[in-house]
Amino acid sequence: MSHQGVAAALSDTATMIDRSVRLARRNGDTLFAAILLPLLMMALFVYVFGGAISTGTQYVNYVVPGMLLLTTGYGAASTAMAVADDMNSGMIDRLRSLPIRSISVLTGHVAASVARNALATAIVVLAALAMGFRPNANVSEWLAAVGLLLLYVVALSWLAAGLGVVARSVESASTLSFFMLFLPYLSSAFVPPETMPAWLRPISTHQPITPVIETVRGFLTGTPVGNNGVRALAWCCGLLAFSVLLATSLYRKHTRR
Amino acid sequence: MIIEATGVRKSYGATEVLSGIDLGVPEGSVLALLGPNGAGKTTVVRILSTLSRPDAGSATVAGYDVVRQATAVRSVISLTGQYAAVDENQTGRENLVMVGRLMHLGRSGAQRRTGELLEQFGLTDAMDRRVKTYSGGMRRRLDLAMSLAARPRVIFLDEPTTGLDPGSRSTMWDAIGELVRDGTTILLTTQYLEEADRLADRIVLLDHGRIVAAGTADALKARVGGERVELRFAAEPELLKAATLLSAVQTDGVLSVPSDGTATHLHQLLDLLRDNGLQPERVSAHRPTLDDVFNALTA
Repeated sequence: MSHQGVAAALSDTATMIDRSVRLARRNGDTLFAAILLPLLMMALFVYVFGGAISTGTQYVNYVVPGMLLLTTGYGAASTAMAVADDMNSGMIDRLRSLPIRSISVLTGHVAASVARNALATAIVVLAALAMGFRPNANVSEWLAAVGLLLLYVVALSWLAAGLGVVARSVESASTLSFFMLFLPYLSSAFVPPETMPAWLRPISTHQPITPVIETVRGFLTGTPVGNNGVRALAWCCGLLAFSVLLATSLYRKHTRR
Repeated sequence: MIIEATGVRKSYGATEVLSGIDLGVPEGSVLALLGPNGAGKTTVVRILSTLSRPDAGSATVAGYDVVRQATAVRSVISLTGQYAAVDENQTGRENLVMVGRLMHLGRSGAQRRTGELLEQFGLTDAMDRRVKTYSGGMRRRLDLAMSLAARPRVIFLDEPTTGLDPGSRSTMWDAIGELVRDGTTILLTTQYLEEADRLADRIVLLDHGRIVAAGTADALKARVGGERVELRFAAEPELLKAATLLSAVQTDGVLSVPSDGTATHLHQLLDLLRDNGLQPERVSAHRPTLDDVFNALTA
């Protein structure tokens, strides 16, 4: 691509990000799902269920990392819906008939998803602090935790974009992304895997969300990280590569001329 | 010819949608593709606007091949699809600036062009309202305005007035007429003969993926016999006598007489009948419809 071509592609992507962020900001339902629902869930776990769950520590300290991952799940589900909305309306034809790389419609939604998730995560962390969350992380541990979460959010957002491309409607995009909301419950997010029945434990231990949660938990509250850091990084990078390939190839297939 | 297509074919699965289409549109003219649902009109537009690939045949727009030089084609065309492609949750102004930026007019260029288009399409008052509060007609106008951001040389309009009320339809027609005066080449699809008649220099009749007729509106109407006057009589003997007198054929008790649609001709016709002691019970004018054109040309 020529120098001019690169500049044009960057400008197109910036325009599409601007659009997606604006649309996301104005979609009240989406913002509600992305921010308020995780807050309510956290309050539910901390004040209602938490007392009955034994984790060997203050439950709020145990549950916050899991809540952060659950939050990204909600955010990703709305990304899938936003992409499905574009793919199933006349908008995609308009964008494809412009002299731009139309795949920037996906980039725009992924960027908006990351921005929305960052906001939601920050709000959840603040609320957690108000509920008694007491992390003992230093600056570099905070940065590491935030970096890992960011990587996970980018990967999950691309996966959501891919689901949005294949979904026949906004409703089915919402259904397809259900597992993103369900997977955290089968992880170490809310209860230690040791308390689960023997047949469920391997699923809980070996699914991608558990090492991410354990690593974030270790960074923030000082629990042992072990090899979870490496596993989390591997899962996130693998998921990112897989999701980008999936989303772009599904997009090409879906818009094949 | 700014648009040229030769032997264009397209199938979706086992269904052949276009079975060999040839088109030539001179620069600055308006071509209407007229046909019922399922005739293949939208597929022609999708191929010429680079959204679909033809299975066979070739097409160029402004000299660029629609398959091999798709990006070059996209920089000279614009497409207004059947469903308004506007963001409900952006304002009219934001939608226009977005397209202007994607057409690389630059930040200030996009702002300036947006102002002009809002003015031209009567949307200035509504520019800062979200599109979801717009009426159907306003949406279509915004949709068309978005297509004009970069002053395209060729505009594709896929059923631009389907589903609009008569008032909005005539506003759209005025807007399209203005583009024609500016010298833009337009290819539009429509199910309405009246719309093709009003807007197009040439009409191509499409049915089951084939071109069944092509020509000016007048030429096509002449082939279906133009306007007719229908006469009904109270009694059978009167009807038969009138039929002989006017050498016209009656069907189901109705006498159908060719007419040029003028009052003068109607007067002459009624005077002739009166002079022969005949008084029709009912008189009605009948203009050829798309159905008539189709029945005549596809029979």
